[in-house]
Amino acid sequence: MSKNIKFLGLLLTLIIIFIILLKGLNVSKDYSNEKLKNKIDFSLNAKKLFSDEIINISDLFDKNSPSVVNIWASWCAPCREEHQFLMKLKDMNINIIGINYKDSQKNAKNFLSSLGNPYSEVITDNDGTKSIEFGAIGVPETFIISGKTNEIIKKYIGPLTNENLLEIKKFIKENV
Amino acid sequence: MFKIINLVLFLYFTFNISYANETNTKVDQITKNLRCLICQGQSVYDSQSDFAISMKLVVKKKINEGKEDKEIYDYLKNKYGEWIVYDPELNRNTFLLWSIPLILFVFGGLLIVRKVSIK
Repeated sequence: MSKNIKFLGLLLTLIIIFIILLKGLNVSKDYSNEKLKNKIDFSLNAKKLFSDEIINISDLFDKNSPSVVNIWASWCAPCREEHQFLMKLKDMNINIIGINYKDSQKNAKNFLSSLGNPYSEVITDNDGTKSIEFGAIGVPETFIISGKTNEIIKKYIGPLTNENLLEIKKFIKENV
Repeated sequence: MFKIINLVLFLYFTFNISYANETNTKVDQITKNLRCLICQGQSVYDSQSDFAISMKLVVKKKINEGKEDKEIYDYLKNKYGEWIVYDPELNRNTFLLWSIPLILFVFGGLLIVRKVSIK
């Protein structure tokens, strides 16, 4: 009798463990921070790419409507790919702020003069610490940031696509 | 006179070095507990990727600003989510992770106690 109970107990434990592990297999492992909406520290200072002047980043944002922040570098191939979409965003009169990530000033300027400059202002991030303030892990990354609450409304890790473009347009219209 | 100047200089530099070392060990200590998000299975401390190098600078900057360890972890968790730290918090998703060892410990203890008392 007691042997039977022991056996049943063991079986039950094994079944429970089996079910837990089976369920664990189906848990989605999305560790990306793409959906995190944190605030940006607007007291950050940064150097401009074109004038070497040091400014406070809050001056770059439009208080009444969301702005787009794009982290890019001239050495990054996907950035070259998504550049056409940024140019289109510029044509829609959207404020785009560029963060030039670990780049040489000369190469960055060449990049913009050959492909066009979609940014209202470009700030430099030579050591990558400013990108960390935005929660970025690399280039390219694009953020929609509310000028009112300093919050990230939407984040795109990797190069922008045509669909993203429409989404950004919609988002900015909604949040004005 | 020369000896005294030498001594002062010596003391000045040794203390400076020990201060710098203290910050660096603290940076190491914190970055060993941070996951490098773009390099699989490596900590920020171990990695030489662009992301990890910048992250080390940020941690160092925060320490020099006088931030506590917890504040630095919270700052990074806020930016990158819980996944950035190797030390998972106790919540609904990690409840089993934290409780199973404890349950097994109690269960095993009970088994031993029973075995001993039967003998």
